[in-house]
Amino acid sequence: MRTRPLSPHLSVYRMSRYTLATSILNRFTGVALSAGLLLLTYWLMALAAGAHAYARALVLLSGGPAKLVYAALIVSFCYHLAAGIRHLVWDTGRGLERAQAQRSAWLVAAATVVMVLAIGYFAWLAGERTP
Amino acid sequence: MSLRTPLGRVLGLGAAKDGVQHWWVQRLTSVALVPLTIWFVVSLLALPALDHATVSVWLRQSWSALLLILLVLTAGWHSQLGMRVVVEDYVHDTGLRTLVLVLLTFAHVLLAAAAVLAVLRVALGGAGL
Repeated sequence: MRTRPLSPHLSVYRMSRYTLATSILNRFTGVALSAGLLLLTYWLMALAAGAHAYARALVLLSGGPAKLVYAALIVSFCYHLAAGIRHLVWDTGRGLERAQAQRSAWLVAAATVVMVLAIGYFAWLAGERTP
Repeated sequence: MSLRTPLGRVLGLGAAKDGVQHWWVQRLTSVALVPLTIWFVVSLLALPALDHATVSVWLRQSWSALLLILLVLTAGWHSQLGMRVVVEDYVHDTGLRTLVLVLLTFAHVLLAAAAVLAVLRVALGGAGL
């Protein structure tokens, strides 16, 4: 039997299209947030294990590489939240026209930037308070 | 030769009522996660520090523990559904796909249980200080 192409047919899409970009980004950020869940659980377990274990975990959790991970998680969270709300609006049958979808794609991008800046600012303030 | 009617065959093969279950639960959890995740991020940012004492005191407030447990369970469920679709899309070998899906589900349940247990230990004061 002839081998047939299997879903998702990545090769038939034009990669530069905003439809594809917004969709695949939602998936990437979702996977990243799943990894973030791992980090959250580790943090909670360290907290439950007592002050000493928490202090030890904090060495890892407050290091330079960890901060990069938090930055990536913040961006992922903001994008996934905005894109997810866009999906929920679509599910009501609204905003599916091409022009509307194009506009909402920009709206998602703008909302992501605003949220990242806001969370980043407050996280930076918190970091200043407790080095 | 089968005596079943074409309609009977079709009814026996297709999705029976729960065809939209995955889609629906994905939406349901996402709606719940909007307020839960925003609450969590705002709460963390509002804490004066993230040391053991401060976070423990915060978690001992019953609302924090309750919402955090809901967040972990809902996020775990949402994550399991999402990761499942990713695996189904990209892992084409049936045996490997089944194995990965089983492990993925176990991992999510383990993660959610561990997180809930940790929250309860802190919230109920069982954690050593």
